[in-house]
Amino acid sequence: MELDKNIENLLEKYFEATTTVTEEEALREYFAQESVATHLEQYRPMFNYFSKAKEEQYTKQVPLNTRRKFNYKWISVAAVAVLFLGIYFGPDQYQDYQDRREAEIAYQQTKEALNLLAVNFGKGTEKMTYLKEFEATTSKIYNDN
Amino acid sequence: MKQSEFLNLVMPFKDKLYRMAKRLLVSREEAEDATQEILLKLWSKNDAMDKYNNVEAFAMTMTKNFCLDRLKSKQASNLKLVHSNYSDERTSLQKQIEAEDSVDWVERIMEELPEQQKMILQLRDVEEYDFDEICELLDMKPTAVRVGLSRARKTVREKLIEKHNYGIG
Repeated sequence: MELDKNIENLLEKYFEATTTVTEEEALREYFAQESVATHLEQYRPMFNYFSKAKEEQYTKQVPLNTRRKFNYKWISVAAVAVLFLGIYFGPDQYQDYQDRREAEIAYQQTKEALNLLAVNFGKGTEKMTYLKEFEATTSKIYNDN
Repeated sequence: MKQSEFLNLVMPFKDKLYRMAKRLLVSREEAEDATQEILLKLWSKNDAMDKYNNVEAFAMTMTKNFCLDRLKSKQASNLKLVHSNYSDERTSLQKQIEAEDSVDWVERIMEELPEQQKMILQLRDVEEYDFDEICELLDMKPTAVRVGLSRARKTVREKLIEKHNYGIG
């Protein structure tokens, strides 16, 4: 009975919003019991609901996206890898390319030289026809004698 | 701040954020979305997190503002249907059947409270915050919080007694 009196006092303070957190805790505990004084029964759902509402939980997983950070990290790693590959294989490739170019130039130069030779050679043989004519004429003269 | 540290920091109060969001937005899905949004926002601010001395209070205020914004934009974009010109005889009976469990009544009663009172009641009676903390969170004066809390509690009591009497009479 004394407890009920106490609870009544607390309730009065409760509705004037002058109770402390611990006093409210006591009220919630009191109304969590199986049996409550009949004239206080009407307040029961209120306090039981507050206790129940406190148990509700957020169960969803939060997708904390670390993707943005992740991306930057791996992009830089890839860039470094490409850079090193370039440094490692680059000179070889460049050397090959240079060699090929030199060979090409040498080939062109040789071709040009040979062409020049062929032209001059042609000129030489042309002159030889005169010589042949001369031969023929001289042999005629010898034969006549 | 590492992800695991962040989760350890946030875990203890993420349910409180969710319950606050649910109190204001009512729908479970919306509350879940809101909570996720808040947690992601916190995560994106995680470099500056050390500067806040009370991350929980900060997150709570963020949730409050986010939900109120959400409600405001919803009210602006939705047309409300208000039936005020006729009354349905069966509604009280139907309500009684729906609200078999009197604990659920309280939830429904709380839905009808003004937002400010909803928040105060949620923070005080469900989450058991101190008056000082509530004042800080809601940016209100202590007396205003007290008055709001008292009103909210009395309204819940009145409505609850009303519903009880339906059952009897």
